[in-house]
Amino acid sequence: MSATPELNVILATDCGSTTTKAILIEKKGDVYRQTYRGEAPTTVEAPFEDVTCGVMNSITEVEELSGRKILEGNKILTPAKGDIGVDIYVSTSSAGGGLQMMVAGAVKTMTGESAQRCALGAGAIVMDVLASNDGRMDHEKIERIRQLRPDMILLSGGTDGGTISHVVEMAQYISAADPRPRLGQSYRLPLIFAGNKDARDKVKEILEAKTALYISDNLRPTLDKENLMPARHTIHDIFLEHVMAQAPGYPKLMGLTHAPIMPTPAAVGSMLEKFARAKRANALAVDIGGATTDVFSVFQGIFNRTVSANLGMSYSVSNVLAEAGTENIYRWLSFDIDEQDLRNRLKNKMIRPTTVPQTLQDLHIEHAVSREALRLAFDQHKALAVGLKGVHQERTISEAFDQSSTGESLINMMSLNYILGSGGILAHSPRRVQSMMMMMDAYQPLGVTMLLVDSIFMAPHLGVLAGVHEKAALDVFYHDCLVPLGACVAPLGEVKEGKKAFDFTLLLPDGTKKEGEVIGNEVVLVPLEGEAKVVVRPAKGLDFGAGPGKEFEAPLTGGVVGVIFDGRGRPLKLSPDTPKRRADLERWAKTVDMYPTELL
Amino acid sequence: MAHAYTPGLKVVPSIRLRRRRLLPIPGEVRVQVGDKVKGQDIVAQTKLPGKVHLVNVANRLGIAADELRGVMRKKEGDQVYANEPLAQNEPFLGLKFLQTVVPSPITGSVESISEVTGQVILREPPRLLNLTGYIDGQVVEVMPKSGVVIETEGTFIQGIFGVGGEAHGPVTIAVDSPDSELLPEFLTEAHKGQVVVGGAHASWETLQKAKAVGVSGIVVGGINDKDLRQLLGYDIGVAVTGQENIGFTLIVTEGFGVITMAEHTFELFKRRQGHVASISGATQIRAGVLRPEIIVPGLLEGRIPEATERGALTVGDPVRVIREPHFGVIGRVSALPSELTKIGTESCVRILEVTLEKGERIVVPRANVELLER
Repeated sequence: MSATPELNVILATDCGSTTTKAILIEKKGDVYRQTYRGEAPTTVEAPFEDVTCGVMNSITEVEELSGRKILEGNKILTPAKGDIGVDIYVSTSSAGGGLQMMVAGAVKTMTGESAQRCALGAGAIVMDVLASNDGRMDHEKIERIRQLRPDMILLSGGTDGGTISHVVEMAQYISAADPRPRLGQSYRLPLIFAGNKDARDKVKEILEAKTALYISDNLRPTLDKENLMPARHTIHDIFLEHVMAQAPGYPKLMGLTHAPIMPTPAAVGSMLEKFARAKRANALAVDIGGATTDVFSVFQGIFNRTVSANLGMSYSVSNVLAEAGTENIYRWLSFDIDEQDLRNRLKNKMIRPTTVPQTLQDLHIEHAVSREALRLAFDQHKALAVGLKGVHQERTISEAFDQSSTGESLINMMSLNYILGSGGILAHSPRRVQSMMMMMDAYQPLGVTMLLVDSIFMAPHLGVLAGVHEKAALDVFYHDCLVPLGACVAPLGEVKEGKKAFDFTLLLPDGTKKEGEVIGNEVVLVPLEGEAKVVVRPAKGLDFGAGPGKEFEAPLTGGVVGVIFDGRGRPLKLSPDTPKRRADLERWAKTVDMYPTELL
Repeated sequence: MAHAYTPGLKVVPSIRLRRRRLLPIPGEVRVQVGDKVKGQDIVAQTKLPGKVHLVNVANRLGIAADELRGVMRKKEGDQVYANEPLAQNEPFLGLKFLQTVVPSPITGSVESISEVTGQVILREPPRLLNLTGYIDGQVVEVMPKSGVVIETEGTFIQGIFGVGGEAHGPVTIAVDSPDSELLPEFLTEAHKGQVVVGGAHASWETLQKAKAVGVSGIVVGGINDKDLRQLLGYDIGVAVTGQENIGFTLIVTEGFGVITMAEHTFELFKRRQGHVASISGATQIRAGVLRPEIIVPGLLEGRIPEATERGALTVGDPVRVIREPHFGVIGRVSALPSELTKIGTESCVRILEVTLEKGERIVVPRANVELLER
């Protein structure tokens, strides 16, 4: 790899499903800062059918705001000279539905899961996971493959040297289904085989004539090893060469960028990995959109991503209701509302997805739904972000076939240092404390956890930029992208209501102290913007990470909200008694000044 | 900042419009450019590949997978009939009663024989798929092997949400006014095969009656989510519909709840009473928005008014408020202040002022109105 290029002016775009966002990054002294941004509707559909129209419009807005001439006709002027041109242009894309994949493995909880992790990490939406033991009849699997029109298929299965029959069987199902690609009538559906290397010849024989077949290293060469990167690189290459090339205007866009276009979620994941590595920390990030919710995590250096394709705040809001159930939405509301009214309101949001809450009651309802969407998406993430299965057990593949035990989850809330939130409901809440409380209620962090929001969703732009210039990406990420909300300090264990849960001392850099006591089932907010050290002394049975009842000390960073000492206990249990639960919710909201008082 | 996403639902007396009719896989187009077609005419057809059946012959005969070829009575591509021997083993000591035969479970053809898995894949004969014209009109474009574009002139009304696929039938009004509820007793045997227009609401009982009577479609201002769930048997999570099999097509013009149908929409239906409509409940609210529609071919005014390009929202435009606390209210834009305004939630948004029929003025976020396109 060549040395980091000298860049002073950087242009980046993210072509989303509805909006194309452009940002300008400039070097100010030794630090890179985001200076201007513009946006325009994405133009992948009729009547434009050329993504570059939206890209040019968003760049034109940047030109107008910055006074910098960037475009000459449809060309981007490079390199930067004075007020003209930019040094580099990079882009991500999720327009047209992003990258949609179907994955298949021999055993659902082994190679099926590995294939799923591989595709998700590459930024794909996984439409379905097929496996020999997925519980469906053979003909049902074939029907399903035929119905789906993915952008590509990832087929894995078997460890190297193991039996080939299951993976060959899956190949036969795919062949019988004769699947077709989502975009473009004339090209063959790309299929990546990343399974048992001994099965390659057979798979070629079965699938070479019906698909555009790519062979990649086995993503599960042995039971105790997962090797996802070669297949992920192949996915990215195919995404550019086949899928993007079919999308309207993308060949033109690919000609404009100075680095390969990345799928938006892959870029966000890349940025989170870089952030976690730079901070030497465990981090969790969520992007809650209108249709989908992406969850990313880096624990012990291991990156995982999941996408909950039908959990979101507008297009999918009704699905949150369906999956969570009305009672789970209700439990976050401190007022009474008729169920019929609540259901109709959420359905009306589904059919008119861009409306905004005008009343505090409506805002409350959206915040209740978002807690459930965040919680459900996180549950799905925890189920997939697990260690490998069957690692320490000496079993053959066929014996392992029957195993139903799952690997240990990698998600350990006590060791989690950062939670990063993005997406409209978190980034644009009228009060920042609302975002903080929503994430605290949904994720229930333990110990000391810093919470931040990506205020204008720049992570995609920075993720693709990080591949070219990591410092520039991280500079902007810290200074312009992330808004620190503050820290949550919460113990594990059941609290006794009305009794002291813990007391705390905040030691500030100037030597001053802030001390306080937290009663069970209460929260305490201490405004704090900068860094400090916290010492907590929990009651018997409560644990901040040093063990039950033991004093705990850790550094923390405040933010625009401050530090919230959460004495509600973990797991957080809301009272089953409705009047008490509503009173609790009101009191907590009042304590942290979450809403204007007139509603409460 | 982008203005309201909802482009406004079209409710127009006379318009020229086209519908693209495409086969799911290549097939044969049966009409030509210039042909006049009816909505129910077949314009193209194709053969959908038959269902696949798998038979693990090796398991059934207790042999190794690589011995499969030796016992097969059929090879790839061969036709096979239901119960016809597909494979059989060599009888022990030539004793026929000890011979095991694997019969074909279907009539079709042998697609593949695998010496790795021991499976034989059989495929049923292809199924014919007929594609209808959907609307009465004229073929203006033929995409060889793929489909056609049909053009028609007539009344066009978009709903906000629907369930059920394409249907046809004469338009009939079953209520007195747009704010009346469509009650079950208003539906009679006479409504069989018709597109019945109600007012503000249809209850679960009404929808059940509609199914029993055999109406072709129901068009109302609103329905309750609870009733929709009961009708479908499940909760709709995302608004991607059109494939439901509920016995008729349901189109909602305003939204969920009891909501008076827009007067203009109701009046237009009255003018088209008795004419045959093509309707579709298909809704897709994602990128590439698709709304349910009612198309009634035939011009009302003898000519199509000049199409006017819709610009941004302006003072005087008729709008519908689409969110609480004024959900469903219709009025005219009376002011469009450009500065951001703090609303009840404390968010700062662009707002507009709407004057209602009786002169009352309300302030609404711009994102919470939709233009009534006429």
